Amino acid sequence: MASVPRSFLLLSIIPTILILCADFACCNTGRKTGDGLDTDFSGFSVPLEHSFQVDDVSRFRMRGALQLRGGRETSVSLSQSQLSEEDRNTLKVGEEVAAVDGLYKIRVPRVSLTDRQTERQMDGYLTAFVRACSLVESHLSDVITLHTDVSGYLIGVSIVTIPGACRGTEVEDEVDLEAFNTTLTIIAPTNAPQPETALFIERMDIEHEKRGKPQEQKSFFAKYWMYIVPLVLFLMMSGAQDQSGGGAANGGGR
Amino acid sequence: MYPPSLVVTFTKKSSVKMAKLTSLFVISLSFFCISEAVFEDQVGKFDWRQQYVGKTLFAHFESNTQSSKKMFVATDKNIFASFNSRTGDLLWRHVDKTGPEGSIDILLLHGQDALMVVGDGRLLRSWDTNIGGLNWEAVLDTGSFQAACFVAIQDTVKLVAVLKKAALSLHYLSNGHQKWVENLPDSDAVQYQAVYSGGEEEVYVLGVVPNSHLTIIAYSLEDGEIIKQRSVEASWLSSVESSCVVVGQGVLMCVDPATLALYTLPIQAEETPEFSQILLQSLDLEVSPGFQPVLVSSQPHPARSPLSEFFLQLGPDHHVLLQLNADGYTIAPLRDFQPAFLVSFATTGKKTVAAVMTPKNETACAINLFSVDSGRRLLDTTVLFPLELNGGKPHALYVHAFLKKDDSVGYRVLVQTQDHALTFIQQPGRVVWTREEALADVVTMEMVDLPLTGTQAELEGEFGKKAAIQDGLFPMVLKRLSSQVTLLQAWLAHLWKLFYEARKPRGQVKNEVTIETLSRDEFNLQKMMVMVTASGKLFGIDSKSGSILWKHYLENVQPNAAFKLIVQRTTAHFPHPPQCTLLIKDKDTGLATLHVFNPIFGRKSHIALPALPRPILQSLLLPVIDQDYAKVLLLVDDQYKVTAFPSTKNVLQQLQEMASSIFFYLIRSDQGNLSGFRLRKDLSTERIWEVVLPTEVQKIVAVKGKRPNEHVHSQGRVMGDRSVLYKYLNPNLLAVVTESTDTHPERAFVGVFLVDGVTGRIIHEAVQRKARGPVHFVHSENWVVYEYWNTKSRRNEFSVLELFEGTELYNSTVFSSLDRPHLPQVLQQTYIFPSPITTMEATLTEKGITSRHLLVGLPSGAILSLPKMFLDPRRPEVVTEHSREENLIPYAPEMPIRTEWFINYNQTVARVKGIYTAPSGLESTCLVVAYGLDIYQTRVYPSKQFDVLKDDYDYVLISSVLFALFFATMISKRLAQVKLLNRAWR
Repeated sequence: MASVPRSFLLLSIIPTILILCADFACCNTGRKTGDGLDTDFSGFSVPLEHSFQVDDVSRFRMRGALQLRGGRETSVSLSQSQLSEEDRNTLKVGEEVAAVDGLYKIRVPRVSLTDRQTERQMDGYLTAFVRACSLVESHLSDVITLHTDVSGYLIGVSIVTIPGACRGTEVEDEVDLEAFNTTLTIIAPTNAPQPETALFIERMDIEHEKRGKPQEQKSFFAKYWMYIVPLVLFLMMSGAQDQSGGGAANGGGR
Repeated sequence: MYPPSLVVTFTKKSSVKMAKLTSLFVISLSFFCISEAVFEDQVGKFDWRQQYVGKTLFAHFESNTQSSKKMFVATDKNIFASFNSRTGDLLWRHVDKTGPEGSIDILLLHGQDALMVVGDGRLLRSWDTNIGGLNWEAVLDTGSFQAACFVAIQDTVKLVAVLKKAALSLHYLSNGHQKWVENLPDSDAVQYQAVYSGGEEEVYVLGVVPNSHLTIIAYSLEDGEIIKQRSVEASWLSSVESSCVVVGQGVLMCVDPATLALYTLPIQAEETPEFSQILLQSLDLEVSPGFQPVLVSSQPHPARSPLSEFFLQLGPDHHVLLQLNADGYTIAPLRDFQPAFLVSFATTGKKTVAAVMTPKNETACAINLFSVDSGRRLLDTTVLFPLELNGGKPHALYVHAFLKKDDSVGYRVLVQTQDHALTFIQQPGRVVWTREEALADVVTMEMVDLPLTGTQAELEGEFGKKAAIQDGLFPMVLKRLSSQVTLLQAWLAHLWKLFYEARKPRGQVKNEVTIETLSRDEFNLQKMMVMVTASGKLFGIDSKSGSILWKHYLENVQPNAAFKLIVQRTTAHFPHPPQCTLLIKDKDTGLATLHVFNPIFGRKSHIALPALPRPILQSLLLPVIDQDYAKVLLLVDDQYKVTAFPSTKNVLQQLQEMASSIFFYLIRSDQGNLSGFRLRKDLSTERIWEVVLPTEVQKIVAVKGKRPNEHVHSQGRVMGDRSVLYKYLNPNLLAVVTESTDTHPERAFVGVFLVDGVTGRIIHEAVQRKARGPVHFVHSENWVVYEYWNTKSRRNEFSVLELFEGTELYNSTVFSSLDRPHLPQVLQQTYIFPSPITTMEATLTEKGITSRHLLVGLPSGAILSLPKMFLDPRRPEVVTEHSREENLIPYAPEMPIRTEWFINYNQTVARVKGIYTAPSGLESTCLVVAYGLDIYQTRVYPSKQFDVLKDDYDYVLISSVLFALFFATMISKRLAQVKLLNRAWR
């Protein structure tokens, strides 16, 4: 850790003021729609912050703004700026110093998507991380997932990169690290199934109807009596012999 | 692959000739074949059960004759039980409801009747002590229970008086009918605390207005009319219950710790009575500083007044026997007992004696009888009570006195120690039996492999690293040869023993298990069960026989402490002894202490323990081992600093190297907060993820990871079309179960979250609507099974979640939580379960080849072994060719409970609290321990005993066939040669 040059630490503290170009990633319950800012502004936006330090201290800075719209169909879109020169360097350093295992962290504030009357924002953040090296190696293509609970509160955020592995490949082109290629999804809890009684009863009824046909009413015995009767007879006879002390008749067969 | 087949199951095991089976076979048509039931002759062969009652609150002996065998106890576990005092075995036991509803307030014994007030004065019960049957039960009026006593009319005990906060009621002993009930006057201001009857026509109720005055009310037995009502000035008195007793002819004796004086007051006095004060100083008595003096009196028969002799306890080990003189207000000291731990009165016939326990030496206490009238010691009455080295101190003394043939007093004594153990001692100091009642409340347990035998260990030592370096080639060869010879010797001895034992009938062969003879058996079926109980007593129990091999009482353990038992080093690292660590955490302060011990012998290890000045939040066992093969335990304190144990240089170095790959999580259920941390090189931590479940909506009730010793043999499931569906086997996965704060039946829900413990990623999030806890769940392999209460349909339901990666694995060589970008497929199905459950666990086997079963503890005391096959979300609703090929059972909404799946047949386990499973050396066999009030140990074979020959395997037949074939070959070979030769000559 001590081997990390101090200058990079300083660089990472400098906030990014210049927003050169806005890049939009947007989604509608998981689907990328492509319409950026021109959707209606009935939703609200929360900051998406990130931190990628070579040392372990987290200093979160603005990455973009999450445009959230609650209601029946929750949707979310993200507007984010390009990475600055300094940030790119920091990221690359984080990757180069592999022993450090630098982490790239993101965080969003805890908000509720549905409850507009009460205070939307609660104290605290939801945090997630991915290895900085995998972010660089995937050329900043990440998948961010927001999780909500039943009442629309954001409960968790996760970030993965595709591919997720760190193979130590050098990213030559600086341009690859300029803009995020983000896929954004929002996931609400699924409803766990109830016992399927109706379908089962229906199926049973059908089976009963089928069974109602006369030719299939033959019982097990009626069908297989020709095998069972000789077997029983044989067993009974051998048993009788056994009792009368005639073990010899069984011989080695037993 | 597995075509449906006809399966013939024999309902009874029989090694006799086939013919006898004709009447006994049943042909069952099914797709699967599971037969779980034990055979009749296997009962008790692989399983055992021990029944407990808990910490004794009240104990009585049946009658005062030498030959009586029964004793009765009522315990804090709401149990009323009877023991055989000769053997300590349970004669009968009544298990009431748990919690305050079934708590036993008092137990009174008279003749054949045992009277009990249950549930803070809710019920009055009378039991027949002979057979333990209920005579009658009476519902009492509301109001909290204060006291109860027998009431005699004309020398025969006919009634029982029950004093409640605001009423006094009398009930007939014969049928429980209420004779009368009277409201107590002014019950808001006066605290009525005692009721007394000395055989007169009245029953007295004593109440107190703290630090003001004492109220005495006399009720007529006949109709409950108030005969007298007196108020006595007593500004020093705060509680009748704790500081007053009745002695002699109805004299109330109180002790006041402030003025250091005894106060006497005749209860029955006609005129306005007054307390008369006797200073303790005037009797040459001194109270230990800070000690609250206690009075002990005795009323041998409810129809007569109490004894005029009584004990006054002046210090923790200082008692005085005092006598109230006939005048009613002067006191004569009879004898001073110092040191004396415990005192008790006992009456037989007309004689009353006092038993006093005094410390004798380090290892024993002496109990002596004293004549109550004179305070003289009775000759030849000394009994020694052995004190165990790591046992509890004596806590209570119950004496069973009887008259011998020569009219002298004989006695037996029951000693209760702080560790809840009961010891029954007989003259002249023989311990008849000991019951370890701490085992009624097992908190956690582990099973540890037994060590190897001496010869095996020697062999191990030979191939140890150190030995190889020291010795040269030639000594190694010699060593090898000598060890081979010892092995041969051991084998021959074993054979001889087998042969010798085979000639004896089975019943006589009984190997006494002692700590010295412990050694691992061939298939590692016998293990050491290390059990931790709530009282802080640790036990080492042999899993085969159930005998307690060692016990260790930890003093100074808080009653509400939380325990975590960790096996740091197994038995596999000879010559290093196995090592277990018990983490004891005080729930109030969060401060933790460690107790490190050898699980085989129970001895405390003398290892330097780390100082833990701060509350501990989390502990985790790393797979990292130190140079002595002990796994490293990390303890995280409330400042997120990490302490390693053991913390040798080697360990710290390893930790520094691995720091960036050590992740852990913390869960604060009160804040709904789950957060993940990563270790830094300086053993501080860094918070890397955070998930917050708002507590306004739902609260976290339980979190479970996977068991670290679990093996999964197959990576996927072969489907009907011969493709493979790969399981999502994430070892870091956590199952988090929540319950909604809204308890309305329509809106209540149970949430199930699957969270990756390293990255904090929510893998799956499901909500079970209209559901309520208590939720029991098992998390294993790639599945989670949970059980909940459906509030809408009002029934219990089982739900199963299975995770699959799909038909292709992302990275088949290694699993990393950091590199699994795709979410797994989640399949879920729900079933109706026709019974509530109390606990659930999954079977575990050595290699994970055997199919899994769920072990479900039912409130009835049965343990159900439910095949996981029934809980498979891929059970098809419509049977297809593929699903049949895959051996899937068609979906049925109701889960069956078959009685042959009860692994404990009729050996019910009362109040099952937990089930522990451990693998054995046989892949087919899983060891199971169910604990609660009782302890039950057995083996289960989820896929039947595919790797074991049956008990009735016909060795004679198979060997005779082999020999016959061998000889036939030899003979035919010879014949063929002769024939060839003959042909050649032709």
